[in-house]
Amino acid sequence: MTGQPRLAVVGAGPAGLAGALAAAARGVHVTLIDAADQAGGQFFRQPATALRARRPQALHHQWRAWQRLRDGLERHVTEGRTEHLAGHHVWCAERGSAGSLMVHALRGAAQDEGVAVRADAVLLATGGYEQVLPFPGWTLPGVVTAGGAQAMLKGGLVLPGRTVVVAGTGPLLLPVATGLAAAGARVAALVESADPRELLRRAPVLASQPGKLAEGAWYAGLLLRHRVRTLARHTVVEAHGTDRLEGVTVAALDRGGRVRPGTARRIDCDTLAVGHGMLPHTDLAETLGCTLAGMAVRVDGEQRTDVPGVWAAGESTGIGGAALALAEGHIAGRSIAARLHGTEPDPRGWAPAARTRARLRTFFAAADSVYAPPAGWADRVGDDTVVCRCEEVTAGEIRGAVGSLGAGDLRTVKLLTRAGMGWCQGRVCAPAVAGLTGCPLNPGRRPFARPVPLGVLAALPVDHGEKD
Amino acid sequence: MNPLELADARPGPAFTVTFDGRAVDALPGQTVAAALWTAGVTAWRSTRGSGRPRGVFCGIGVCFDCLVTVNGVPNQRACLVPVRPGDVIRAQEGTGGTND
Repeated sequence: MTGQPRLAVVGAGPAGLAGALAAAARGVHVTLIDAADQAGGQFFRQPATALRARRPQALHHQWRAWQRLRDGLERHVTEGRTEHLAGHHVWCAERGSAGSLMVHALRGAAQDEGVAVRADAVLLATGGYEQVLPFPGWTLPGVVTAGGAQAMLKGGLVLPGRTVVVAGTGPLLLPVATGLAAAGARVAALVESADPRELLRRAPVLASQPGKLAEGAWYAGLLLRHRVRTLARHTVVEAHGTDRLEGVTVAALDRGGRVRPGTARRIDCDTLAVGHGMLPHTDLAETLGCTLAGMAVRVDGEQRTDVPGVWAAGESTGIGGAALALAEGHIAGRSIAARLHGTEPDPRGWAPAARTRARLRTFFAAADSVYAPPAGWADRVGDDTVVCRCEEVTAGEIRGAVGSLGAGDLRTVKLLTRAGMGWCQGRVCAPAVAGLTGCPLNPGRRPFARPVPLGVLAALPVDHGEKD
Repeated sequence: MNPLELADARPGPAFTVTFDGRAVDALPGQTVAAALWTAGVTAWRSTRGSGRPRGVFCGIGVCFDCLVTVNGVPNQRACLVPVRPGDVIRAQEGTGGTND
């Protein structure tokens, strides 16, 4: 290796920023590649610059952590140690013939200009996206993902409507409900299918997480202040409307996740912000050949994948929130710097981050079991409910592919019904198809992480695509 | 309170775009989706199969539900594309192609 070692970081959220800063501080030249115009990812998503927000922190949690990351990035960029390629949408990463790695991105207003970044190592910090399980009415305009409502609020300073129901399951619902309320929406109800008190029954895990307890109490206070009615162990059973959302029916759940008869009631609203947890983005890791553990990228104690030169951190290695992503990114950045300089990293250098990582992984493993979607959700999806939003494939067709046609895996269901064959490539419907059919949910194995113009593919140099 | 007040935003002057021929105000920095939401428009696509209305769903570019035609180019994700003065935005029917 000659000259300064080069690292490409994909994703400028908490994990990518922490990794970039740790590596750049240790003599690595970092190229930080991110789709957004500003760093921050989804957690630290900033209002568009031209909106000139003087108090963006009003929409944020952990603002100091963001300031530290932002200032660090600015310093490294100013001093020439880091390049920040904003507005670059990565569609593929590959290993070249000489052991180097190549990251391909699209940029430009129409995302049709190809850009390639060569590096000695890649840190995948691609984050996650929200899972939404189907229910009657979920395709109506006015039904948005909880994270989507939050992203539009933080980035564009807009609200989806006047009266919002926030529903589903998972810790994300709390900041979404309180954020929308603070920004002027009337949050008619926060509908959580789990019972958060279940977390308290896991005392040993909680006792090790005073920070998480305090965070929960803080959100509880905000919900009270905004007079948000919280319905635990409830679910939305149907969204109503013809051309747009007019209301939802919610009902209580029993311990088995079934709707308790006689508890259904209608809540009028023009917006439903709904989410059922998060899934890791693993497209680039899959293309590179990284082994996955379940739906997440498998990493070792240094955040290395099993592909030489490729590290991963944050939600792509398992859903666990911003603090865990920061710890993982920091460890990855230090490991990368040591390895690229040809030395063995000393884990004692990142011991505090490793302790944080261990604690938070334990916490989120417990939270995962509490915030699982209710067991009975698939039974409530009628045969005429659209499940694949892109290809308009109904639950009845999907059930038929298994029941009458004998499909035994997601790929066969897709070939028989087109569920997962549309624009989003099954990112939205795959968990639902798996749940409805009993087929195992496995990663999609997509060759490209996003649509690529043929002209960009045609313009690639001929030696691309070689595998060593 | 609205989000702009909450964040104490002082954007430059609003400009005009059109949505299906109707004038709509937009703020510099907003996406097409944010501008349409501000104008009270929540649906701007009809599906290929049953012609059902759709708008923003995921808000982060994953789901492709918010496809829209901007300045004659179909299949643009409204939640990602920045709105620019004078944009001609049209609801997208079906695939957005001319042969639908």
